[in-house]
Amino acid sequence: MDGVFRLWVYLSASPLLWLTVTLGAYALADRIALAARYAPIANPVVIAVALIALLLHLTGTGYPTYFAGAQFVHFLLGPATVALAVPLVREAARVRRLILPVLAALLAGSLTAIVTAVGTGWALGADRAILMSLAPKSATTPIAMSIASANGGVPALAAVFVVVTGVIGAMSVTPLMNRLGLKDYAARGFAAGLAAGGIGTARAFQVNPLAGTFAGLGLALNGLATALLVPLLLTLWR
Amino acid sequence: MLLGLFSLLLFQLIGETIARGSGLPIPGPVIGFVLLAVALAASPGLRREVDPVAAGLLRYLSLLFVPAAVGVIQQWGLLRVAAVPIVAALLVSTWAALIVTALVFRFVSTRLGLSGPDGEAR
Repeated sequence: MDGVFRLWVYLSASPLLWLTVTLGAYALADRIALAARYAPIANPVVIAVALIALLLHLTGTGYPTYFAGAQFVHFLLGPATVALAVPLVREAARVRRLILPVLAALLAGSLTAIVTAVGTGWALGADRAILMSLAPKSATTPIAMSIASANGGVPALAAVFVVVTGVIGAMSVTPLMNRLGLKDYAARGFAAGLAAGGIGTARAFQVNPLAGTFAGLGLALNGLATALLVPLLLTLWR
Repeated sequence: MLLGLFSLLLFQLIGETIARGSGLPIPGPVIGFVLLAVALAASPGLRREVDPVAAGLLRYLSLLFVPAAVGVIQQWGLLRVAAVPIVAALLVSTWAALIVTALVFRFVSTRLGLSGPDGEAR
């Protein structure tokens, strides 16, 4: 028993254990999602996070210990963002042809994301720090955190909002688009990437490669648009 | 394959350097993404190297968000300060942004004759 305990003490503090758990939980989550035929409700990120959070809770493990192992997976987000250029260049001809719909949807969608988030929060009595953390919630995490902190928001709160927005978007984009009768995977994907960032883009790649390509474009363009529009809207508002 | 991974990291590094150096509120990987797109369009040789690595990474894009999302669960308490306005704002705004973006995209592409009668882009 003493031996088992010492083994646990060693393993629980080593990056190997939590890296293995992260990959294992995701592999299991992906199996479950596949069994559910990638139904929007069976989102692999949500399932994997639930499994890991439960395990951390049961073993009394803190996030810093977990992240020491999981950081190797987290690190790959950077190169993966750069890699979104590959499908974009492959579809370059189509992207160039659709550049006007892309730019119009970008302006309308980015404004809608900012104004409806701040407007709804304001109407329900949220304070300024929360409103300023809500404003950039459809952008990628680093952009959202820097915009929030530059305008009186809370960066940690903004990071939480980005992830929750991604999960809401990833789980609702398919039923919403079907309800609208929208079959164009370029439009569907672009909306997913713009409104729901990286997690929305991951969902789009799960559904259709063209949707994934346009989602990557929406994610990158909305990061730029949000960084420009939030300060601009604030100046106009005052 | 190795050159492909090297290229992705190199472009991220260049992006991070530009982001830090210029003080722009744009993350390094996003700048790296733009620069890599330009480089790939110019060099088919680079495309051959980067293609398999990019395909592998993007296939598991969902996995890469798991560590950060686990952190969010731990921060759940932050939402309790104003749970109703926050949850309502996130739901309304995400749905509104999805709908408006997709409908404006379709409206403009149909107007310009860029999509077929079934609404699918050609």
